[in-house]
Parts: sequence; C-alpha cells; structure tokens
Amino acid sequence: MTGQPSETINQTLGDPRLQLAIYSATNRLMTHRAAAVRADLLPDYQELRTEANQLKKHTIDHLDYYLELFEKNVVAHGGKVVYCSDSQEVADFVLSLAKERQAHLIVKSKSMTTEEIHFNERLEKHQLEVVETDLGEYILQLAHQRPYHIVAPALHLTRYDVAEIFSKNLGVEKEVVIEKQTAIARATLREKFLHADIGVTGANFLVADSGAVVVVENEGNARLTTSAPKIHITVAGIEKLIPRAQDLGVFLTLLGRSATGQPLTVYTSFLSGPRKSDEIDGPDEFYVVLLDNGRSKLLADAEKRQSLYCIRCGACLNHCPVYRKIGGHNYPWVYSGPIGAIITPQFHGVLKDPWLPFASSLCGACAEVCPVKIEIPKLLLKLRAEVTDAQRRQGRGGVERLAFRMWAWVMTRPKIYLMLARIGGFFAPVLPKVGPLGKWASQREVPKLAKTSFHEWWRERK
Amino acid sequence: MKKRVSLFVTCIVDQVFPQVGIAMTQVLERLGFQVEFPPAQTCCGQPAFNSGYPDEAGTVARHFLNTFGESEYIVVPSGSCTSMLSHHYTEIFASDERMLALARGTSPRVWEFSQFLIEVVGVEDVGARFDGVVTYHDSCHALRELHIKDGPRKLLAKVQGLTLREMEAAEECCGFGGTFSVKFPEVSGGMARTKIDSILKTEAGTVVSIDSSCLMQIQGVIDRARLPIRTMHLAEVLAGR
Repeated sequence: MTGQPSETINQTLGDPRLQLAIYSATNRLMTHRAAAVRADLLPDYQELRTEANQLKKHTIDHLDYYLELFEKNVVAHGGKVVYCSDSQEVADFVLSLAKERQAHLIVKSKSMTTEEIHFNERLEKHQLEVVETDLGEYILQLAHQRPYHIVAPALHLTRYDVAEIFSKNLGVEKEVVIEKQTAIARATLREKFLHADIGVTGANFLVADSGAVVVVENEGNARLTTSAPKIHITVAGIEKLIPRAQDLGVFLTLLGRSATGQPLTVYTSFLSGPRKSDEIDGPDEFYVVLLDNGRSKLLADAEKRQSLYCIRCGACLNHCPVYRKIGGHNYPWVYSGPIGAIITPQFHGVLKDPWLPFASSLCGACAEVCPVKIEIPKLLLKLRAEVTDAQRRQGRGGVERLAFRMWAWVMTRPKIYLMLARIGGFFAPVLPKVGPLGKWASQREVPKLAKTSFHEWWRERK
Repeated sequence: MKKRVSLFVTCIVDQVFPQVGIAMTQVLERLGFQVEFPPAQTCCGQPAFNSGYPDEAGTVARHFLNTFGESEYIVVPSGSCTSMLSHHYTEIFASDERMLALARGTSPRVWEFSQFLIEVVGVEDVGARFDGVVTYHDSCHALRELHIKDGPRKLLAKVQGLTLREMEAAEECCGFGGTFSVKFPEVSGGMARTKIDSILKTEAGTVVSIDSSCLMQIQGVIDRARLPIRTMHLAEVLAGR
C-alpha cells in the first residue's frame, strides 16, 4: 500500500535471526501473561479490566478536574507542576533549570514519553549529558536506536549484538555472557548515578488524590534515579492520571501481569514531593512536567478518546500477528504495534502515514488482551474511514474509491452481479496476474472460481 | 409445519466455494428445516467497510437488509460475515434512525452456521461420518466477536471416524484480513506460513474452519508449498456420510 516502508518491512521479514528474536520474545511474554491471568489465579480478571476501563474513562472525561487536584496535592508536598504543550517547552524548562542550578549530568529511567519528544537529543545539543539507566535503553542509547517495543526496548538485539555495541562504545573486550554484560553496564552507570545533578523519570500513574507519581520497574535504576540526584523531574503525559490511590489496586494488578506476567514488578516507587526534614533520602527539588504534545486534540472525539486509556503494558504488541512479523522499527513512531497504529494517526494526522491503520488483519487479539479494554479494531476501522475521507478531500485515492463505488453498484443489482461473476469466471484463467490479483498470487495460489455458483445450483435444483 | 431458515451464503461461498452452501443446505434439510434462498442476495458489504468506505458498505448493507427483511432465521456459513451483519451494521447506520432500527431488528435473527446448530437447533450429533485426523482453525471474528469456540469442536467431536487434534496456535490469525491480504501481501503471507507451521505439527490431513475466506488463504499457501493438506468448511464435514 502507498507509503508503507515496504523495503524495510521485507528486510525484517527476510531476516531469520530477527524473526526468531521477535517471535520468541513475544511468545515468552504472551505465555507469562496467560499464566498470570489464569482464572484460578486471578478469578476477577475480566471485572478488573472493566473497572480499569471505567476508571480511565471517568478520569479522561473529567481530566481538567483531576489535573487541578493532582497539582494542588503535588504543591502541598512541596513539589512543583509544570505544564508543557510540546517537546520544545519541556526542553526549555529543563535547560533553564539546569543552567540555574549549574547541572551537567542527567540520569534517566525508562520512559516512552521522553522518547516521544526526543528528550535526550534536544538536551545533548546544549552540552548536557543525558544517560539512560535502564539496561535495554542504555544499550539502545549507545547504538543510537529507538525502542523496538514499549516494554522490552531492546527485544530485537541478541547478546552478540550487545557485545559489539559495548565493545565499540565503552572500549571493553567483547563480552557475550549476559551477567557479565550487566556488570559492565552497572559499573558504568553507578558512576553516573553518583555524579548526576538531575534525575528524570516518566510515570506509570499520577495519583490525583495524593499528588503521587508511581513508577514501576524491575532493575532498581528508576529508584536510584529518583533518590540519588538532588533534583528530580518527572515527565508524564496528562493521560497518566488516576483519581485515587486505591485505584492502584486495579491498575497495578493488571499492569505487571499484562506486560510481563509479573504479579507486581520488582520495584514500585511512590514519589511524593522532595525529601522532608525527617526523611533520609530523596531529592531537594521535585518537579512534575505534565505534557500535552497533542493529547488534548484526542479529547475532542468522544469515541477515539479511549486511545488515551493506554497504560503502556505492551500486551497488544506481543499478541499482534503483524507486530510479530514486522517488528517495532517499521512503525513510523516510537509507539509501535496496535496501540501505535491507533495513536500515531491521531497525533500526527491521518495523512502522514495513511497506510498505518490498514496494516492490520483486524484479528482483534489486541483488544482481547488490552487491560483497559481499548476497542483497537473499532478505532482502526474508524481511522481507515478517516484516511479515505481525507484523501478524497485532497483529490487522492480516486481509483480505489471508484472501484468500491462500482462494486457497491454491482452488489445492489443481483442480476448484474451474477452476469459479471459468470463473465469473470470465464476469463479468470487467462487474466494477467496484475493489481490485487498479482499481489495475492505473490504469496499464494489463486483460487478457481466455481463452474457453477450457488445461485445457479439453487436455480437448477428447483 | 417445517421451520424455515433463510440461507445467506456470502459472496465468497457463492462464487468460489458453492459446495459449502450445498453442504449447509443438506445438513439443515436433514435436520428437518425448510431451507430458503432469497435470490436477490449478494454480499454483506464487509470488503468496503474494512477498507475505509462505510458509505459504500452502507449501500450494500441496505440491499442485504431489504433482501432478508422477512426471514426468521438467517443462517450464514461464515463467522466474519455474521459479525458484519450482527455487530457492524449498527455502527454503519448509527446516524440513520430508520436503517438503525432495521439493522437492530435483523441482528438477533442472524446466526453463524455452527452457532445455529448448537444454540437454536440444540444438536451436536448430525449423523456425519469423516475418516481422518483434522485440526480446527479458530477464525478471528467468530472467536473474538461472536465468541464461538466450543460449538464447532462439539460438532466435530460427534462425527464418526473423525479425530480432532488441536494445534498450538489455533487462535492465531491466518493473515487473510480481507484487503489486508493484497495491501500487505508479504506480511499476510508470512502470517499464513506461521499458521501452517502450527498445522503441520499436528500431522492432521485436514484443516477445518467455519470461514471460507480463512480457508482460501490457508489453502492458497498450502498449494504454493505443495503440502499434502486440504482445507474443509465445517459444513462439508458435517454433510459427509
């Protein structure tokens, strides 16, 4: 289809090592999830999904109220809330703060939101050093790549790839033992933590009634990021809000299980404001950057708004047969898989990557596992209609539209339908394999039209 | 008086797999139904709907609703087309009150073939015979939109001489996806080949499903690879004696 990155898609499809890496990693995540939500272990799984959906719906429908409540409570803890409408405003805020405090080194934990705004690249241009501390993200930062997966960013790299990347960038011997690779990263990153001026994290949840930022992780790097440096900055999208601390009982139960099959991630950090006088650790300054970057645009459409419910568990990617074939980097934005296919067109406009909502067989596996019940196939269909409509208004896509108009005309005239089918059947064996027929034949044998259609059989039978 | 059912055979069965419609007719007549076939029927409109042309789909949907206005039971040899009729027509006509009422009225009268046998007729054993090992492919829309999972398996379990051997990835998409199969042929073909790997592991000689479109995709890739497997619609298996 026009605009799709066919060349790189075919490269991915034709790379057996990469195919195996994607297939086995997603398979592992699927298996673990399935085991974690089994009815005997989590009997109220479906009810939890419904509750999570309702909670998100309520929050997004009353976002203005919860944003204000969250801000009030962050301020009460001694923190500050900064509203940013785009990536430039985030960069400006961090740069001016860094300048005032004479900060040079920033450590970061894993965050899709900062990936979305090219946080590192923007700050590095101004001589700030920004270091990713999540192992996968650190590897990717060294390799100058973007995440391949929302939860498992370096899913596509083998330990041999990592050995190359470490050796080239850190000047160490090629090391292929995973534990030893981790030790190399740890030694390098420990120094960074100790000298960092600012720690930056994303947020999994922003709890309105308590002004807390909740961060889940497995490596402990986010906890160090939030406790070692003197200044802490959370960068989070406005959709990360949930009303009450008690709602975490629903969301934390679902998030770890949906993402990796863990009942709870190894670390769950609750950050509320700077260190108080009777506390032994924590930052002196605490900022929460609330990022719009296009999110408020999505609020306008009452149906598509549910795209903002996403808690970034990555389950839809793991279960998507298309993601499992084409991997993460063939999607145009940092958000890949089914969730990427519905939010990218909404953030960037449907005509930027018009092929994206069509890159799905509409199998529905994504919606089946989505912990907040986003109706992904339904939204894909809606976006497809928006693509064809936008193309029509630009005077494009005329051939396909004309074909469907003619098709609809024929399909409402049974006699013509039957006559054309007969003619088509007669010529089918000698038709050149071009257009859609050629695309079909590139992968599989073309079915033969039956000699007698059911219509004819029925008529002759009577 | 015999109970009447109306067949909607779908465009793909009509033109490519009429034997599926014939088999469905046989099974229903053996069960004592008076089978009717509204001759003005063509297509449900799904190809346009899934390709981003809801207006064109609506034109065809209107034709369907007018054609089947009187039918008490509409039986369809496809989960995907059934779901289009029972779930998506109401979306197409969301802002057309008259058509919406018609779509809502039609929706509960539409039954996928296996669903009709299990839930309406209440039969599992239709007296069929089939010698061989089969594996069952869950078609996506039947499974996830109509929640059809056990019904076809119950029907297969009662077929004499038939052994059902489950594949690992029974619920994984075959990659057809309507126009997806020609818009993204390499991805679609890759998905089918993954499915077929899973089928091959069962060593079953036959793949059974309730959607001819999935079977067209699977059979096409099987034939390209010259594999000794055949595909059959559930109705064909159930019509066997």
